[in-house]
Amino acid sequence: MNKILRVNMHDLTTSIEALPPEWAGLGGRALTSAIVAKEVPPTCHALGPDNKLVFAPGLLSGTAASNSGRLSAGAKSPLTGGIKECNVGGTAAQMLARLRINALIVEGTPKGDGWYSLRVSKDGVAIQEEAGLLGLGNFAVIDALQSLLGKKTGVIAIGPAGEMKLTSANISVKDPSGKIRSLGRGGLGAVMGSKRIKFLSIDDEGAPGIQIADPEKFKSASRIFTKALMDHPVSGQGLPTYGTNVLVNILHEAGGLPTRNFTYGQFDGHEQICGETMHDTIVARGGKPRHGCHAGCVIQCSQVYNDKDGQYLTSGFEYETIWGLGANCCISTLDDIALADNIMDDLGLDSIETAVAFGVAMEAGILPWGDGKEVVRILREEIGRGTALGRVIGSGAGAVGRTYGVTRVPTVKNQAIPAYDPRSVKGIGITYCTSPMGADHTAGYTIATNILNVGGQVDPLKKDGQVELSRNLQIATAAIDSTGMCIFIAFPALDIPECLPALIDMLNARFGAQLTGDDVVGLGKRILKTERAFNLAAGMTAADDRLPEFFRTDPVAPHQAVWDFTNEEIDAFWNF
Amino acid sequence: MATITITIKLFAHFRNGRFKEAAQRLDPGADCRQVILGLGFRLSEMGIVMVNGQHAPLDQPLNEGDTLALFPLVGGG
Repeated sequence: MNKILRVNMHDLTTSIEALPPEWAGLGGRALTSAIVAKEVPPTCHALGPDNKLVFAPGLLSGTAASNSGRLSAGAKSPLTGGIKECNVGGTAAQMLARLRINALIVEGTPKGDGWYSLRVSKDGVAIQEEAGLLGLGNFAVIDALQSLLGKKTGVIAIGPAGEMKLTSANISVKDPSGKIRSLGRGGLGAVMGSKRIKFLSIDDEGAPGIQIADPEKFKSASRIFTKALMDHPVSGQGLPTYGTNVLVNILHEAGGLPTRNFTYGQFDGHEQICGETMHDTIVARGGKPRHGCHAGCVIQCSQVYNDKDGQYLTSGFEYETIWGLGANCCISTLDDIALADNIMDDLGLDSIETAVAFGVAMEAGILPWGDGKEVVRILREEIGRGTALGRVIGSGAGAVGRTYGVTRVPTVKNQAIPAYDPRSVKGIGITYCTSPMGADHTAGYTIATNILNVGGQVDPLKKDGQVELSRNLQIATAAIDSTGMCIFIAFPALDIPECLPALIDMLNARFGAQLTGDDVVGLGKRILKTERAFNLAAGMTAADDRLPEFFRTDPVAPHQAVWDFTNEEIDAFWNF
Repeated sequence: MATITITIKLFAHFRNGRFKEAAQRLDPGADCRQVILGLGFRLSEMGIVMVNGQHAPLDQPLNEGDTLALFPLVGGG
């Protein structure tokens, strides 16, 4: 039976429900957003009893399809006040899918001060009291649970940041190496903390597994799909070799690398933090330049970064984190950034929100520009210990700006703007403005077409074509986020004609369905409209679909570009 | 006729066995394609070609002081 597991933290009860017909055919983001939209009152407090935290594997998760192991989580975001979906690699999505759990819904908040954990297995979900692992970082929690429950156990956990309900808190998911991948953005870790759940463990022993309606058709479509991923130069060669951090030099060259809290578009220290330097450093220190975030990933954009003594320092070391502490905070020492990345993983902090918060804190004079050692100290001794300063920085860029009277605060819907300057890469500015998630580059990654020449070319410095580009990509991304697929399949999907039909063939073979490309586009549109309707009902208006004022008034070097879209041009995004 | 001098920047695996950054003297009127072929690249290897931080077509003529940046097809996010 395909099922929904429901956990009520108010009554400390659990139940197993049959998947309602209205949610059949939904997975990942489509399912989390449908559940949140139906069951969460939009105006509720995101950390109160009426919010719900939903986990859902993608439609193809648990199958042999390449790159299909992503897990979605959804809730009302305490950071944005709107709907939120994040997705992540790791081992949990495939385990939940094999257990035929379409979604796990956590509702209510406990009456007392106790903390709990959840144990998911073939028998459903059980609530257990938890005390021993409270206050510990994510790495210690995963190590302890692997000792207790075996190496194969799945883990979804929050660190001290989530326990403190900081709005930059993320949710960590164990990866195949026993390290961490993150449901990063929007403070979902705080929602989990509000429900006083330190971790979920997953045991898929005895799982019934996945039933494929047409195994032969699935296998042949899967072969075509995997070949497209391997054949495309970005997913087949670029990402595996240099990881996402190859973008530092590209964005620097294009003048779109936000530097010194979005003051400039280029960073003098770019060569010290770039993907090429990182690759050479990883190889020289005996790390791993290639590493997958989940079993079945053929792209392997992740990596293991060792310190100068050859010891593990961090993994999943992404461009956005390196940009955020690097160019944006003017830190040019990759080892300092790697250490900070590791601490953020351990505390359970979104490394984009936190890095941008540090940029605003530097502008406020709280710490000097470029001081990586002080960033590390603040992470450990202020945020880690929950001091007043630590809680302000751990509440995100917007909180730091409001507290210290800074006007250059790069956020949309109070969520920090990531690693691409919207003045000099204008398509991504439309995505930042209009995504129901708040500023999120992954929601409609126009960098592909604005900068990387994937899926055609739209001039990043001109307004022409940007709204349409962002709209098409956001619709496609919403659909892809529902399949359990990694968003990087979009690179081959945009360029190789066989790729997307093969994905649809896999969906049809998996479920015995007759979906067409139009159906998939229709799904993407419905998801976006459902999410926007939630946000409007929560009190947002078109005025929330805007970039901060300074992007209009302060030109960014070297192109002296400004954000020059009219409100009407931005709002035309929703004409579909 | 006087030559012009441009700066060439290479990225990702284009650097292997070549260089990161170098100055090159060209005849006036030389375009991006000539420089790329002169470095031993195939045109099909080119992912992104930028002149002074802006995407450039292969037949764009180069001027004194220009910076030509060449990237293979790579990406991230």
